[in-house]
Order: sequence, then C-alpha cells, then structure tokens
Amino acid sequence: MTVTARGTGRDAARTTPAKKRRWLAEVGWKYPVAALIAFYALFPLVYVLSASLNPRGSLASSNALFSSVDVANYAALSGTSYWTWVGNTLFIGGVASVGAVLMGAAGAYAFSRFRFSGRRASLTGLLIVQMFPQALAFVAIFLMLLTIGEVVPALGINSKLALICVYLGGALGANTFLMYGFFNTIPIEIDESAKIDGATHAQIFWRLIMPLVTPILAVVALLAFIAAFGDYILARIILVSEDNWTLAVGMYQWVSNQLTSRWGLFAAGSVLASIPVLALFLSLQRYIVGGLTQGSVKG
Amino acid sequence: MSVTPPVAPPGAAPTAPAPLPSPRGESHARSFRGIGVGFLVKLVIMAVVNAFGILTILTAVGADSWLLASITAVLLIVADVVYFTRRALPLKYLLPGLIFLFAFQVFIFGYTAYIAFTNYGTGHAGSQAQAVDATLIQGERRVDDSATYAMSVVERLGTYGLAIADDDVVRVGTPDEPLTTVDGEIGASGAPTEVSGWTVVPRAEVLTDPSVQQAAAALRVPLSDDPNDGALRTRDGSTATVYTSTLVWDEQAQTITDTTTGTVYTATDRGTFTSADGESLPTGWYVNVGFENFLRVFTDGALLQPLLSVTGWTFAFAILSVVVSFGLGLLFALIFNDPRVRARKFLRTLFILPYAFPAFMSALLFRGMFNSEFGVINDVFFFGLPINWLGDPVLAKLAVLWVNVWLSYPYWFLVCTGALQALPSDTLEAAQLDGAGRWRSFRSIVLPLLLVSTAPLAISSFAFSFNNFTVIYMFNNGGPAIPGAPYALGSTDILISAIYDISGVSGGAADYGLASALSIVVFVVVGAISALAFRQTRKLEEFA
Repeated sequence: MTVTARGTGRDAARTTPAKKRRWLAEVGWKYPVAALIAFYALFPLVYVLSASLNPRGSLASSNALFSSVDVANYAALSGTSYWTWVGNTLFIGGVASVGAVLMGAAGAYAFSRFRFSGRRASLTGLLIVQMFPQALAFVAIFLMLLTIGEVVPALGINSKLALICVYLGGALGANTFLMYGFFNTIPIEIDESAKIDGATHAQIFWRLIMPLVTPILAVVALLAFIAAFGDYILARIILVSEDNWTLAVGMYQWVSNQLTSRWGLFAAGSVLASIPVLALFLSLQRYIVGGLTQGSVKG
Repeated sequence: MSVTPPVAPPGAAPTAPAPLPSPRGESHARSFRGIGVGFLVKLVIMAVVNAFGILTILTAVGADSWLLASITAVLLIVADVVYFTRRALPLKYLLPGLIFLFAFQVFIFGYTAYIAFTNYGTGHAGSQAQAVDATLIQGERRVDDSATYAMSVVERLGTYGLAIADDDVVRVGTPDEPLTTVDGEIGASGAPTEVSGWTVVPRAEVLTDPSVQQAAAALRVPLSDDPNDGALRTRDGSTATVYTSTLVWDEQAQTITDTTTGTVYTATDRGTFTSADGESLPTGWYVNVGFENFLRVFTDGALLQPLLSVTGWTFAFAILSVVVSFGLGLLFALIFNDPRVRARKFLRTLFILPYAFPAFMSALLFRGMFNSEFGVINDVFFFGLPINWLGDPVLAKLAVLWVNVWLSYPYWFLVCTGALQALPSDTLEAAQLDGAGRWRSFRSIVLPLLLVSTAPLAISSFAFSFNNFTVIYMFNNGGPAIPGAPYALGSTDILISAIYDISGVSGGAADYGLASALSIVVFVVVGAISALAFRQTRKLEEFA
C-alpha cells in the first residue's frame, strides 16, 4: 500500500492556524495514538529482548530494561537441550508442513479438476469434520497411540513420527478448502491443452499446476508449520522423553515454576526462535492474511 | 525416427493413461520418458508402503492385535488397488490424505465417543484378561518347595528370554511367550549352552554387564498360557525358580481366590474383583457404563459446581476475546485507514508484531510479566504494589483476557484494514451526498458491509478461542485453583484445559471415561454453535 497524497495535509496545515487546527483534529491526533498502540504492542517484545540480554537471568533482575547487555544467556543455551528442541521442532514442523502441502494440494486438485460421484458430499463432509478440533480428542489419540506402540513402536507414544501423523490427520480438512479456491482460479484450458499434447494427469499436476499454485503452497506450508510450532497439548502428551520435546514443551518446563532462575534462558530462547518466525511472517504477511481470511485462524 | 507403438506395461497405466493419438511421432517418445521416471518413483514408494504394511500386519498378528492387523490389511489392499489400476483416478490424489483423516481424525472422534461410555481410567486400564494377569503377578511369591532349574539368559533381536534345562530338554520362553521346548544342548554346568534360534548370553556378561543384569532380573517368563501356573524368575542369573501366585483365577466361576486368606473376589459388572465384604482388588478392567459419565457431571455436586463455572468462563473468554480484539482491531483500522497519515506501512508493521510472535511464547512471557512479586508489570506500572494477578480469580481472568487480546487484535486489525479498503467507495459517497454523518454512515453502511466478510472469521475465531488450550495453560495453568474442586480445576480453566486436568494423561489418577464424555459435550456445543452461526452469516450475505 502506498501513501497517497503524501504530506499534502501537513504542508497545507502550515499555512494558516485554522488549517493547522483542522489538521490536528483530523490527522494530527493519530500520531500520539499510534505511539500509544505501538507501546502496547511492543513493550512485551522489548522487555523480552532486554531480559535475554541480562546476564543475571532471573525474573526480578530483568525489570530494569537494558541495565546491562551481555550474551551470557544465549551462550548458556548450548548447555541445555534447547538446540535439540529446535531440531525436533524444525523436523516435526517441516515434515508436517510438507506433508500437509502435498496432501492438501493433491486433494484440492482432485476436487477442482475431476468430477466424480460423491464429490459434493465429500467436500461437505470435510467442512464438517474440520469444525471439530482434533486437540479435544487428545484422550483417544493418547490411548490409540499406546495401542499402536505395542505393535509398531516407531508410531507409538514418544515418537516424533507419531506426532507428525497426528498433525497430518488434520491436513486434508484444514487445507483443502484454502487450496481448492485457488486451484479453481487456474484456467482448466491449461490442463486441456496439455492433455491434448499427451501429458498424463500426473504430469499435469506436478509440472503445470504445482508451479502455478506456489503462493498458496507457501501459505499452507507456513500455516502448518506455525500450527505444529505452537501446539502444546498433543506434543506434551505424545513426546515423553526430554530429547524428543519440541520448543513449546521444553520451554514451558523452564518457566512453569515461578521461582526458577531460568527466565534469562527462556528470554534468549524466545528471541532466537521468534526472529525467523517474525521475519518470515512479515515478508509473507500479505499472503498469510489472505490465507487466514479464507481458512484457519490464530486467535 | 520410426513410429513405434507405445510400450506400456499394464502396471504403468495409471501414470500414463493411453496417450491420445498424435499426428507426430515425438510425442510418443515424450510420453515414454514420462512413464519411466514417474512409474519407477511410484513403484519404489509403493514397495516401501507394502513392505511397511506387511511388516505391521505380521507384528500385529504376533501381538494378537487383530483390529490393527485387519485395518492395515484393508488399507494396504485399497492402496494397491487404487495405485495399480486405471480406475478411481480422483482417489489416487485423495487417498493419502483420506487415510490420515480417517485414522487420526474421524476414527479418534468415534473412539472418543466409545471411551465416553466406559469407565476407562486408573484401575480400569485394560481388558479383563490383562487385569487377571496383572493381579496374579502382583500376588506372585516364591514358594518354598517350588522347582528350580539351571538356566541361561538368551537373546534374539534385542529381546531377552530364559532358557532352562528341564530333564535333558531345553525349554525357552520370553515375557510374552510362555515356555516351549526347542532344540538345544546342555553343557557341563547343567545349563543350556546352545539354543536353536537364540543367542546364549555368556554367563560372565550376565554377571558383569549392568544392562544385561537388569534385563535378566526383570525377566518373568510364564510357564504356560494359564496365569495360575506361575512364572519363572531368576535372582542370581544362573538358576530360575518357579514363582506362583497366592491368588488363583477361576475362569469358569469368574473368581479370584486368595489362598493365604481364603477370600474370594468375584468379577463384577463394574469391572472390578470384589469380595463379599465389598473390598476390591486394585486392578480392574474397563466396561461399558452407559451414560454414567454424562450423568455423573449432574449428580456429583462437587463436580457440577466447578464445571458450571468453567463452562461460564469458557463462553465469557471466547466471546470477550473475539469481541474485544475485533473491536480494538476495527478501531485501529478505522483510525489508520487514512491516506493523510504518513508512514502507515511502518505503523502497521509495528502494530501487528504481537501476532507474529509465537503465541505460546507470548503466554509464557506474560506469565512472568504478571508475576506478583518479581513481574515487570507490578514493578513498572503499579509502583511495585504486590498485585496478585495470577492468584486472584478475577484478576487472573482479566489478565488472561488481556494476553489473548494482545495476541489477537493484530489479526482483526489486518482483516478490517483489508475489508475497509475493499468497501465500494460509491456507496459511501452516495451516503455522504444524502447527508449521512460519519457515525451514521459507519453504523448503516460500513459496519454491515464489513460484517459480511468478517462474520465467518469471527465464528472460527470464537471456536478457536473456545478451545485455546495453549494460552490458558501456558499463562497460568488454569489457576488459581477453585477451592474444594476435584481434579485440580482452576478459575481460568476453560473446558478443554479442564478436560486435560480430569483426563490425567499428564500423570496422576486418570479418568479417561469422564474426560471423553466432556469432550463429546464440547464437540456438540462447538458444532452446534458453528452450524447456527454459519446459517446466520449466510442470511447476512443475502441481505447485503
């Protein structure tokens, strides 16, 4: 978005006191309000940055902002399981989002390009299934994985693969609609001309459609990653041992006890983990908002 | 180039359905290359899937898990049929997602409903056979005149077992498989030295390697399928003794008799072994209890009271979260959707930063900031007053709402900014010409039009807040505790976090049945609200 009529109001306001008053009443007051909102939005973030740089690392010592600047907390992270958790989170989130993208794209392609009996019904079915949150069924998930684990330990409790499978269970319901709309905007004439040239449906899907829908693939991948990144309840139940934890499970342990002095570690870990997310989010902002307005919601 | 007819093996058909007749020869060559790569990839993937599936079926059959074995078999056959025939083209694209959807979404809903009608939980965690086994094992003692055998520890694929010399015959068994006779040789010491199909662990290793030592000490090999026969255990790593239970299971009469006291415990339809004077053994099994879990909520006053307050707060939290953050976001969007304000893009980025910060971290961050003793909020904004944000029920509710609004207003700010910019400007101008003031045109034109596009989002946002476990749990663990409430329920607990506390999946006494029953209730509530609300928004759209 560009700022149109840049500065005309203010330049005009300088000319006469009356115009200046009008500028203050209509535009000028918005700047102090903006400062207030920015303070509301940013204070916690500035605070966590300051706390991460405070070498004393306790909750009480972090209150004076930027009283001392030191990277001791960041260095201390390597003495903890933090980087293991980062690796687990990246692995789980990465595989889950790639899987979600592939399944969602394949599903959307099928619904968008093929006309088969039961198509309407399956779309409605997906919409209904999607309304019921998977997290509410955590007891059943827990018990089911206990049973599966007795036969296939690699897919039982305390397995990262099992958690990924659980996340993928929601992949079709959550993402198909988001992608379905986007797939429908790709003209079907492209498929038809490729078909006449002798392309198979698999070739059309991989070589023609997938490159054309890259923006929505990126959005779904990011949403799936953020969902896996932010999930606590399922990760907490499924991943038992500390070296399998994700960041959400691990970092909760650091600060769940109010008296522990791991506040500095938590702050440093948050800053490190959130910077890539922030950067990615801000750069893809436009697509994400577009995607969110059509699909799932954060809060 | 000679035009050869396309050579397509029957299996390759799905990746390359008969190419349309083409006037030029090169398109055959092109499609032939396509068959090569695509078909090979598919073959490899399907080979892996089949291998994994067959392995799962075999292990499941070995573990007597017939349900899992048959489900896997059906899925495997479906997958092979779908990918190696020409039929069901859409299914080739839908199947992977559908399998995951059915296994990890649809099935678990059904399973939740099933558990809701049982007394599954601590003390009732398995089938009756498992309960009998566990009870008899707990009652196992070494009997003075029990048989003792020379034995060796054996190993196969990481599983340890015991091999004994029973009158020139070698018998071997594992905790899962009772003793069976196998071929083998008995050495000079009287213990088996060679067991067919197994590796004999050297005696020295059993005595010195701590991990083997531990494994051997924990071994318990049943003599037969009948749990009353007892089991072999070893104390010294060289001899095995028969341990028999002081409890005797009579399957016909469905009783367990304690031989030391003579007490008879009878299996009840409540899934317990109970004696005549009402004493129950600790291990039971789960049985269908009908609507009891649902009724318990209403009949148990100690449970009903806190659950009602939790339910009320869940609605309050979800509605207020949406309304307040929507209102705040809309207000900010209206204020800054003004081309005369400079640096709007920069301001917008600042405003939405909380949204980009991972939610669970924000909740944990605020948990520290709201700390009454050391937190920065009391320290900086309240002059160091010890305001007990997390410990007072009302303040904790305000605080968690504050956190959730902070987290979610940027979303509404973005959505409303987008919606405002998409409003038809001619309608607004027409209103202005008709003499509508700013407030009037907002109320009569902007807001209704805005609601058309944002109301569905508000519904999903409501459903999300309704089940926003992470923020509630991370911020204050649902606390402060409601005094006298069972299951550690707290005043900021919403239904999903209350269910988490009740279920006991994180440790402590478990009550899966009650937790699942409550989950079902929440499913119904969320589903009904979503359905009603979507119908309403559709009406809204028709008016617009």
